[in-house]
Amino acid sequence: MEKRDIENELKELQNKLDTLKQDVQGDEKKAILPIINQLEESALSLKAELYRKITPIERVQLARNPNRPTTLDYIKYLIKDFVQFHGDRRFMDDEAIVGGVGFFEKIPVTVIGHQKGRDVKDNIKRHFGMPHPEGYRKALRLMQQAEKFHRPIINFIDTPGAYPGLGAEERGQGEAIATNLYEMSTLRTPIISIVTGEGGSGGALALGVADRVFMLANTIYSVISPEGCASILWRDSSKSGEAAEALKIDANNCLMMGAIDDIIEEPHGGANEDHLKVAANMREKIRIALEELSQYSIETLLEQRYNKFRKIGQFKE
Amino acid sequence: MSNLFIKCPSCGVTHFQSILVKSLFVCPECGFHHGIDSAARIKYTVDKGSFTEFGKNLCSLDPLSFPNYEEKLKSSMKATNMNEAVVTGTATIEESPCVIAVMDTRFIMASMGSVVGEKITRAFEYATEHNLPIIIFTASGGARMQEGIYSLMQMAKTSAAAKKHSDKGLLFVSVLTHPTTGGVTASFAYLGDIIIAEPQALIGFAGPRVIEQTINQKLPTGFQRSEFLLEHGMLDKIVSREMMRETLGNILRLHQNVSKPQKEYRIEQYGLK
Ligand SMILES: [Zn+2]
Repeated sequence: MEKRDIENELKELQNKLDTLKQDVQGDEKKAILPIINQLEESALSLKAELYRKITPIERVQLARNPNRPTTLDYIKYLIKDFVQFHGDRRFMDDEAIVGGVGFFEKIPVTVIGHQKGRDVKDNIKRHFGMPHPEGYRKALRLMQQAEKFHRPIINFIDTPGAYPGLGAEERGQGEAIATNLYEMSTLRTPIISIVTGEGGSGGALALGVADRVFMLANTIYSVISPEGCASILWRDSSKSGEAAEALKIDANNCLMMGAIDDIIEEPHGGANEDHLKVAANMREKIRIALEELSQYSIETLLEQRYNKFRKIGQFKE
Repeated sequence: MSNLFIKCPSCGVTHFQSILVKSLFVCPECGFHHGIDSAARIKYTVDKGSFTEFGKNLCSLDPLSFPNYEEKLKSSMKATNMNEAVVTGTATIEESPCVIAVMDTRFIMASMGSVVGEKITRAFEYATEHNLPIIIFTASGGARMQEGIYSLMQMAKTSAAAKKHSDKGLLFVSVLTHPTTGGVTASFAYLGDIIIAEPQALIGFAGPRVIEQTINQKLPTGFQRSEFLLEHGMLDKIVSREMMRETLGNILRLHQNVSKPQKEYRIEQYGLK
């Protein structure tokens, strides 16, 4: 069946359900309950079918859906007694990245993540989750603090990329990202990074050198945005659909290519549909990862972290 | 025959190629540094006959079956007579031994894919194992997007290798040449203990056009050029091509004891006591 047909059928089904629920009252309602249940089941299976047929560019749209939970949402769902910290101690506080400490279950952890805005005003303040060098330097400061106090680190990745601007370049955007990759590679505490939306290039990776890297099922992790890729390759940013397909930026491909360790499931239709469900799935994965990582000595942990990134790449000789 | 005259893109004056060869492809009129290939760079920098290449046989694959990538690789190999966009090996500079890597923009803008990442990583690992300093001449359009997430991850891989080298107390000199941008700027290029640039090189993370589109205003002249970066504290030094060998030779001599890493400063190691 074509996707369009499934979508139409689903819409019809939904209408039928709505009318039934509205129009039928009292005892009659009880009588038709089995019918409603059956219709609802068919709707669910159509949704699942649609989900399986999702195209790469639709995945990109899901990853960017403004109703997905943000870092501060995940912190609210997963972290107890959270205290947010600010600033890089050098120039300013970049609100495109948030971070602080709190309890995960009963373990004190440092939590850091890109933060997209919830509305236009918030987005302007946070540069749509695109950090300046100060954001990366704040993140590194908090990670080094975590190392000092032997706290595990949980990073949430959700950014279109590092901010391309005058001040960002003047103050060393490249240097800031490079330094995070460099220092994170030997940070003496377990690190878990989770792509929760857009994993946009170096600006995402700067929070991604970790012992465990997970992606939510409807997220992307990419060296360049599909639009950017299309405009460079075909001088036509409207060909982003082709680019999204060619770049293989979805979670399954990233897992196959060894760039991530596991995928965290989302409800059909995306994390935006059920925040609590996604948070619960995430909680389970983090708990298991923290348990696993605590079994290793720091030396073993660092050796495994090095080898994990060391072996990524495809070539012949 | 068209090669015989070369017009300077900066001042517009035309020079015989033979004159530019003598001036290391620096414009005698205005000092503009023309782009040079990796072979010329190595010739201008290391002691004659001291260069031994390693990793020459590494070749790229097309792991994503990306549109036109295979053709692009083939034509670049043919045009440059190289297998990939970086040359790595050992050499001496004014008699000091080192590992050297030189990127070559003629090969797909010296973008970093799996092979460039692997060769840079191996260069760091070789230097770490043999207690050698490393010098990298960077030039790159950024990550090799045709290799998708593989190319992004080379940033993490090379940076981790640089860290291991550094943790052993060894020296890394990064020399940024025109243009050094994107994923290379945001990884090993900016991780040198000492960061040098050639004059007027474009160095940045985001490309100027992307920035202009984002902020919707024209960029100031000289933005993202070496001189601008020096002024903003992002470089140790700007060194002309003519002075590069001497400067690197001097820096290597100043770090000579580093080939036997010491845990602390001890005056005896300099033979003064
Ligand atoms: Zn000139």
